[in-house]
Amino acid sequence: MSPKKLARGVALVGAGMSKFGSFKGKSSRDLFVEAYVEMLESVEKGIDPTMIEALYVGNYSSDLFEGQGHIAPIMASWTGLSPLPAVRVEDACASAGVALREGILAVASGMYDVVLVGGVEKMTDLATEKVTDTLATAADVQYELPAGFTFPGFYAAMATAYMNDFGATPETFMKVGIKNHFNGSMNEKAQFGAKISTLMEARRASAAKKGLPVPEWDDELEFLHDDRANPPIAWPMRLYDCSPISDGAAVVLLVSEDIAKKFSDTPIYVAGMGQASDGALHDRDTLTSIPAAKLAGEQAYKMAGITPAEIDFAEVHDCFTIAEIIATEDLGFFEQGKGWQAAEAGDTSRDGKKPINLSGGLKSKGHPVGASGVGQVVEVWKQLLGKAGDRQLQRKLKYGLTHNVGGTGQTCVVHIFERRG
Amino acid sequence: MEMPRHWRLKQQRYALVGEVCPHCDGKIFPPRDVCPYCGGEAKTAYTFSGKGEVFSYTVMRDAPRGFEETVPYVVALVKLQEGPVVTAQLTDLGEEPVEIGMPVEMVTRRIRQDGDERGILVYGYKFRPVMR
Repeated sequence: MSPKKLARGVALVGAGMSKFGSFKGKSSRDLFVEAYVEMLESVEKGIDPTMIEALYVGNYSSDLFEGQGHIAPIMASWTGLSPLPAVRVEDACASAGVALREGILAVASGMYDVVLVGGVEKMTDLATEKVTDTLATAADVQYELPAGFTFPGFYAAMATAYMNDFGATPETFMKVGIKNHFNGSMNEKAQFGAKISTLMEARRASAAKKGLPVPEWDDELEFLHDDRANPPIAWPMRLYDCSPISDGAAVVLLVSEDIAKKFSDTPIYVAGMGQASDGALHDRDTLTSIPAAKLAGEQAYKMAGITPAEIDFAEVHDCFTIAEIIATEDLGFFEQGKGWQAAEAGDTSRDGKKPINLSGGLKSKGHPVGASGVGQVVEVWKQLLGKAGDRQLQRKLKYGLTHNVGGTGQTCVVHIFERRG
Repeated sequence: MEMPRHWRLKQQRYALVGEVCPHCDGKIFPPRDVCPYCGGEAKTAYTFSGKGEVFSYTVMRDAPRGFEETVPYVVALVKLQEGPVVTAQLTDLGEEPVEIGMPVEMVTRRIRQDGDERGILVYGYKFRPVMR
């Protein structure tokens, strides 16, 4: 079978995001507007908003997080885009990645020439245990949750299997967290925006200020091994192995390839994409790979006509540190079972041969679940255009990839973006 | 949670009743009337033996609501002898360390420590180490 192709080419000509974090004063619509305004300013030759023909919004659960359903038309109204068609897309933490895919398909179909795609989530109004309950509904409520599992639990069980099969240790996962916090320390939009060492020093300073005994930690790893500083959540996943609870929004502007140069001299093209679904974690043959991610990646490479080796950098779905290691294997960057060694060797760091999560990833940048998939695309767009500021990768970049996962891999969506010339 | 949500799952939860596919003989759990292996219709009830082994596990330290009182507890994916994997809590562990491959068997237990806000006590399967 010949590779699937879009009926016509689609390009990104604008991108923006709100800061990710915990914002008492902002609801989802405020965050969405913040991202939208930044996107408008990012379009090199400008965009008249009346040209935007449709809106696709990724959102996991405004219903439970904010008590607000039917949010797509609200986002349209708050950005002054009514009465355009506004569609909400829900696929758990992959909501925004799937919204993007739907937007791309809509432009490729010829129905629209200019489409706005976004993602938004407002999570921090609820107490932590209610957030955990809400996230848990992305698992199988009938057959997974009665055991007392949570999402950290599912990924921990994947980590247990991974360590058993391939020899990684909990320290491997800590090193992924250290790397992503380092990357995020250069991202002004990141929720944490601080290295683990900075967080460690802050904790020491706070103890000293309160007149408490100042903890002795030789280095970041010793800090991360301390049960009080980094409590176990679900062995071997500790607090700093988990992405945070976040508020945030991200948007991108899609246009058909034939008009892309009207908006920018350097459009970023959609080179390939893929999506797959799967049953619950217990319905799969493996716990050390996410089959739907593998399939989505294979579809995307085939469409782009490239191999994993040609990807210059990637933003992957590191909702938990183990997830990043598995992602780098599922996407073909490293052999199965070898991703942890690559991570330990620094291959996925900024200076490594395959930089992963230059933005800080979900781990450090934050994970407003329904926005994360488009948040990843904002980073790829910036890096490909040389607009990533302090964290700009100083090498020639052609292909960037995004990998967005819903649940434990019930939904996976991969996109490959290309800078031409 | 509403009563019918629990009531309609009682066969699966109390007795590990799934299905067997008349076309490919695949054993199916949870039951869904369509065979996940061959795609054919599969409505023949099949009671699993309840024997299996630990496929993977974790120790929960930060519990969801309704499970706080039993922290820490062990949750697992259990591979049944007949093929399917089920998600369940491990119980009656004593001093024995849990490991992947450990033989376990199904028992029926109360699932949450207390009833939920509606006072419903939910029972279902857990797995314990096989008695030696």
